[in-house]
Amino acid sequence: MSSEVHAHADAHHAADDHAGTRQGQLIGFGLSVVLTAIPFLLVMNGSLDKQVTALIIMAFAAVQVVVHMIFFLHMNTKAEGGWSMMALIFTIIMVVIALSGSLWVMHHLTTNMMPVHEMGSTP
Amino acid sequence: MFDTANLTKLIFGRLTLESLPLHEPIIVGTFAMVALGGLALFGALTYFRLWGYLWKEWFTTVDHKRIGIMYMVLGIVMLLRGFADALMMRLQQAIAFNGSEGYLNSHHYDQVFTAHGVIMIFFVAMPLVTGLMNYVVPLQIGARDVSFPFLNNFSFWMTTSGAVLVMCSLFVGEFARTGWLAYPPLSNLSYSPDVGVDYYIWALQVAGVGTLLSGVNLICTIVKMRAPGMTMMKMPVFTWTSLCTNVLIVASFPVLTAVLALLSLDRYVGTNFFTNDFGGDPMMYVNLIWIWGHPEVYILILPAFGIFSEVTSTFSGKRLFGYTSMVYATVVITILSYLVWLHHFFTMGSGASVNSFFGITTMIISIPTGAKMFNWLFTMYRGRIRFELPMMWTVAFMLTFVIGGMTGVLLAVPPADFVLHNSLFLVAHFHNVIIGGVLFGLFAGIAYWFPKAFGFKLDPFWGKMSFWFWTVGFYFAFMPLYVLGLMGVTRRLRTFDDPSLQIWFIIAGIGAFMILLGIASFLIQIAVSVLRREQLVDTTGDPWDARTLEWATSSPPPAYNFAFTPVIHDNDAWWDMKRRFYARPLTGFKAIHMPSNTGTGVILAGLSTTMAFGLIWYMWWMAAGSFVALLAVAIGHTFNYHRSFHIPADEVVSVERARTELLAAGAKS
Repeated sequence: MSSEVHAHADAHHAADDHAGTRQGQLIGFGLSVVLTAIPFLLVMNGSLDKQVTALIIMAFAAVQVVVHMIFFLHMNTKAEGGWSMMALIFTIIMVVIALSGSLWVMHHLTTNMMPVHEMGSTP
Repeated sequence: MFDTANLTKLIFGRLTLESLPLHEPIIVGTFAMVALGGLALFGALTYFRLWGYLWKEWFTTVDHKRIGIMYMVLGIVMLLRGFADALMMRLQQAIAFNGSEGYLNSHHYDQVFTAHGVIMIFFVAMPLVTGLMNYVVPLQIGARDVSFPFLNNFSFWMTTSGAVLVMCSLFVGEFARTGWLAYPPLSNLSYSPDVGVDYYIWALQVAGVGTLLSGVNLICTIVKMRAPGMTMMKMPVFTWTSLCTNVLIVASFPVLTAVLALLSLDRYVGTNFFTNDFGGDPMMYVNLIWIWGHPEVYILILPAFGIFSEVTSTFSGKRLFGYTSMVYATVVITILSYLVWLHHFFTMGSGASVNSFFGITTMIISIPTGAKMFNWLFTMYRGRIRFELPMMWTVAFMLTFVIGGMTGVLLAVPPADFVLHNSLFLVAHFHNVIIGGVLFGLFAGIAYWFPKAFGFKLDPFWGKMSFWFWTVGFYFAFMPLYVLGLMGVTRRLRTFDDPSLQIWFIIAGIGAFMILLGIASFLIQIAVSVLRREQLVDTTGDPWDARTLEWATSSPPPAYNFAFTPVIHDNDAWWDMKRRFYARPLTGFKAIHMPSNTGTGVILAGLSTTMAFGLIWYMWWMAAGSFVALLAVAIGHTFNYHRSFHIPADEVVSVERARTELLAAGAKS
């Protein structure tokens, strides 16, 4: 393993790393706390409809993922010579294909075939 | 308070004396043979005092070359087991006619076909592919090792642990009787209450860790550790296909891990993800496992495409035709392989729009694959072709794979698939592409890179014997299955009613026997080559007059691969260096920084094996104890600060001087 390569990569990392500062960490921490606290409050209050609460929690979770990536994983378009961004885009494509594809496929299946999970509810 | 039954249960879980398959004479016989063979091997190793050598130089090694070789050994050993299963099936199906039950009962037969599939994919094809990538990629890109050498060692031992668990299931308990993907509801606790499916789950989970980590490792190596001057579009094609394969591994194996984790939750804690009732949906398992399963077959074939590209251009004495299109075809296949998974279950009932979407995406894959085929043909066109063994495998691949590809496109048509689904036509198709594509590629790769790894070529006579037995045997074994599939014979049948089918199964059995001779010839080839290594020796490091960087160093390469990191100016880096009368540097050697060997990988993998064994047999104390030990060893390893050492400059000088002398002697003779 060549140590030069690593030293080089580390130097690069520190140079284009804006979010790696204490300030960045604190902003990230604050945002995470807020983004976690709100869903907790919603559930504990129980004021909203169940379905709506679930959707809101998922939305907050998605935002939280982005916050973590920016402030804690220090991801930006230039990190690691652009490879982090490339990997992220690839991951998103794969996850979208897998999730939307599964939903589509399983939805069609439920429509065309006997909907298994509804059998229990019939008397 | 404590009666003995409870205590026994606490210690041994559900492992009892009845779990040992003593009532199956075939298994007892096999066990006796394996035990005798194992004892002989153990005795020989002890007698020749090789344990210390093996431990210090091989088991604990972090050298990517040695790990690569160990992967190959694992793959070849498991090939023998997987092929034994294949022979048993062929024999059973050839005789189970006219009321005969054959010689395998259904309990045993179902395990045999499951084990055959699991072993051939996970413990033969995967280790062989990973082994070649491990060996060749760092050399092709001019690196000293992979990015994370310890992780590489750990990955290998995790893969081996999975193989050990599968082998264990042969003699302790049983293996799954579900088919190689363990579809629920059959694989649920209610229909498979025994340990078979648990062996399946934990063997794949443990091996999956190894596969995933080695994928991360190789991606990182290719992205970060290329020699100066080697831009992405100057990488050898094998490195490109390896990169795409490892991207596929990293993207798809987590899906397998997740779906198997859900299945194990169903089996261990009584959740209902894939059960028939309580809202469970077995088809979701089928959907998820093929999201992993389809990329998996491209994980296997892409490196083979890379091997064929290297072999074709080397043995045609020409630059590869259409390098750029080859790279783009590979990348397109990588992406498309994620868009086709539903073609494995057209008959599930998704309806016309879903089926036609996935049918069309599947057919589209044949376009980049066809482009590759033409690139190889045009590389050969007007080339000065040398029909050495690797090139023979390549030509056999091109002919065979096209047939498999055509039947694949046929199966991609949903209405046709409704007729052929789960028939022997399908079995013939995927054996056609996996044997004709992956396996022929691996044999080409082994014959091609063997001299690099060991310093002498493989014996051509026995290589050709193996080649002809394999190719002819393949056609005898699988063309009848196409016929039978078209006649409507489904897969995994143990007995048959229609006597007119028997002749086809007998022909297929003869084919399997020829393949047996092919495998035997391959093993003889290795033995003969070792005996004749003086005559077959390669002193130049470049026995084929090849084109890529791995041939620039000696055969076998020194531990540090390259004394100086080469600078790259061309796709065919070594060809370019030869053309420009590159002179090897003879002075100015410096000490080289290298990673140290460590036994932690072996220990961690061993603990994973015992943990899995405990989980399989409900020996909770063993599982928990191994898990705690696993964490302790892993944390302990982070305090190991003796991670690297320097090869002193004197040693580099003497190694390089030996090479200079060897080259001079070779030039004189």
